[in-house]
Amino acid sequence: MSGEYAIQMKGITKVYPNGTVANQNVNLDVKKGEIHALMGENGAGKSTLMKMLFGLEQPTEGQILVNGEQVHLSSPTVAISKGIGMVHQHFMLVPSLTVAENMVLGMVPTKSGALIDFKKAVEITEEYSKKFNLEVDANAKVMDIPVGMKQKVEILKALVRGAKILILDEPTAVLTSQETTELFKELKNLKTQGYTLIFISHKLNEIMEITDRMTILRGGRSMGIYETKDVTPQEISRLMVGRDVVLKVEKDKAQPGAEVLKVRDVEYVNEWGKKMLDKVSLSVRRGEILGIAGVEGNGQKELVDMLFGFNRPNRGTIEVNGSNIIGLGQREIREKHISLVPEDRMLYGIAGTASIEENLISDRAGSKKLNNGILFNMGAIHKESEQLVKDYTVLCKNAQQAVGSLSGGNIQKVVVAREFSNDPVLIIADQPTRGIDVGATEFIRKKLVELSRSGIAVLLVSADLNEVMELSDSLIIMCGGRIAAYFEDTEDLSDELMGEYMLGIRQQSPEEIRRVCHE
Amino acid sequence: MNIFTTDFFFSIIRIATPILLATLAAVVGEKGGVSNIGLEGIMMMSALFGSLTAYWTKSWFIGLLIAMLVGLLEALLMGFFAFKLKTDIILVGTAVNMIGSGGTIFLVKVITNATMDQSMTSTTSLITKALQIPSVNIPLIKDIPVLGKIISGHSILTYLAFLLVWLTIVLLYKTPLGLNIRSVGENPNAASSVGVSVAKVRYITIGIGGILAGLGGAYMSMYYAMGWSLDMVAGRGFIALAAQSMGGGEPVGSMLAALVFGFAQALGIKVSATGVDSNLVAPIPYIVTIISLVIFAINQRRKDQKRHAASALN
Repeated sequence: MSGEYAIQMKGITKVYPNGTVANQNVNLDVKKGEIHALMGENGAGKSTLMKMLFGLEQPTEGQILVNGEQVHLSSPTVAISKGIGMVHQHFMLVPSLTVAENMVLGMVPTKSGALIDFKKAVEITEEYSKKFNLEVDANAKVMDIPVGMKQKVEILKALVRGAKILILDEPTAVLTSQETTELFKELKNLKTQGYTLIFISHKLNEIMEITDRMTILRGGRSMGIYETKDVTPQEISRLMVGRDVVLKVEKDKAQPGAEVLKVRDVEYVNEWGKKMLDKVSLSVRRGEILGIAGVEGNGQKELVDMLFGFNRPNRGTIEVNGSNIIGLGQREIREKHISLVPEDRMLYGIAGTASIEENLISDRAGSKKLNNGILFNMGAIHKESEQLVKDYTVLCKNAQQAVGSLSGGNIQKVVVAREFSNDPVLIIADQPTRGIDVGATEFIRKKLVELSRSGIAVLLVSADLNEVMELSDSLIIMCGGRIAAYFEDTEDLSDELMGEYMLGIRQQSPEEIRRVCHE
Repeated sequence: MNIFTTDFFFSIIRIATPILLATLAAVVGEKGGVSNIGLEGIMMMSALFGSLTAYWTKSWFIGLLIAMLVGLLEALLMGFFAFKLKTDIILVGTAVNMIGSGGTIFLVKVITNATMDQSMTSTTSLITKALQIPSVNIPLIKDIPVLGKIISGHSILTYLAFLLVWLTIVLLYKTPLGLNIRSVGENPNAASSVGVSVAKVRYITIGIGGILAGLGGAYMSMYYAMGWSLDMVAGRGFIALAAQSMGGGEPVGSMLAALVFGFAQALGIKVSATGVDSNLVAPIPYIVTIISLVIFAINQRRKDQKRHAASALN
């Protein structure tokens, strides 16, 4: 039966050197000539699995068979020689070169021994373009062509190198809906020509539309292989979205006070013309935690960027305690007592080589308490930072240690210690416990609840269902840049229902959603 | 008094030649994503060994070859530090420049002491007219009035330099190697994803730059001046970086920029020859550099703004 499968991955386990288990005993069978979906939330292990199939990473355990033959994919070059091609989410193209030049890069046709045969390169491009019905302009520079065409170039690049099995890593993430429709037509066409496609996505409607079978991953494990026609969107969402361990956090019922954050009709179109935020309105009041759930990439990041001055909306208003914050810099925003626990703590949360102490005072270094206008009052700084280290149980030798040498959980504690201790009125917590240990997670969650109960408004953005459900007093779900649902109470919300809103199977009415504005 | 004589235009070309050679090195380097600020130091070292070898072998040609070889080796060494040992290439370049200044005077003393029993601080007495890189009168062209006097009678390296402009275009835009250089410079991930060896291409890129800078160094000590002397390259390696930038990183544009700098230096020399205080004249080349860079930057900004405006419409 070796003839039936293009790819067989058996018992694949991948443990990274830092101990992260990305895949655990995953099996993947892809039949020849099918479009096979690889589904799962962010962090489910899709990318790692595909990196191993394309030779970018090596599995810790398990074996890979291509067309029934066991292979050792030590590099992308080996994978390409086995007929595997990958269309990366971030295009691997050289912008100033023409489409044809990009096509032949690394395998350039020459004439008279030394010079590039441009005519030949264009011919090759046009031949493949015609053969696979992927329309590209061979002579245009890549920087001048639209995103959809860039993607076609990527697909053609893989095909011209002899790929029979194509891995497409979230190909629709950057496309407009017309481009997506076009891509699907082309992919179906490739399928009829006998090509095997692996389609990575977490968008349900796309999966239902073009795939034959699917493998669902959750938390690094396979949830099974299914025939697309045999499963309902509800079943998929249940398999994809779900909670494994529930970490309980005790909290009293919220006593919401006055409105602190007021976001109205915020719209944002990104630099490639894709609408990332569509009429987003919400309010966060004193003493409550508003959660934002959703699969990553549905506008949460863009929204947080707007709230902390990293970007400006094209339309709409954002006010904190009645005054506009659009166009303010981060310092001005902080002066309004808004705190941010950023999603990427290593990049935005800390300066790794600076000490714990320096990181802790970085938002208040200018305060009269810590300096006399010229020099720092080191005594006051030591005192303040030592108190914070103690209060937030940061595990370290002393406050002078470089923050980058701490564990992830302790780094995050340093971030929250700073952000929570400067008398905030609004805390924006973006993935506050991602990738950190259970102890630190519990500590930070408890702290968030405690602060909200003391009258601070908290906006919690998290892809971790567990977290949003446990911590939020009320929550919204974002999907496709819009608010898909608002729940005043998280008590009797089921994972299944959440999943359906997150994946766009369900959508509340505008009136229901508008309730989040508390008008 | 007329300063714009045929002599003056002749001197522009003469003065621009070493700048042009180094500029081409910078052009190839930047296309390949290798910012080589060590061109000045490489030119100094090549100038020294070129002149010494010419003296020892009694052959300007072998001197020239050695100058190129020294340039190549020094550039590859820079590559080793920058690409293999991951040192910041700006620091490596700075070190090469310092060696080009302090290291050459040290070497010339040690070497002349060992070979000639006298410690010399320059090689100016060693390069005779016979060891100078020859200049050629181009038949027919030399007889054209005015133009003949300007473009005929230069050193063969000058003609080679202008030929190299064309060769650089061919290399960068018509050969597979050039395609690889440009793709590695722009998106190394894209290049490596299709099997192009990024490290190899970077070594080749910096190596080509070394050879070109070596030629520039040889021109300095074996034609422009008779022999090597301390800090004789006098910033031409840096001016080349400015010329590359002003020329938009393209060979022809950068060549024109190199000629502008040649013009500025020639003007400085000419004006001081008319009796103007040399202290007043000395800044001319630098003022021209600054003005040119400002003009370039403004143009670049306009272009960027236009492009932004265009992309916003889409």
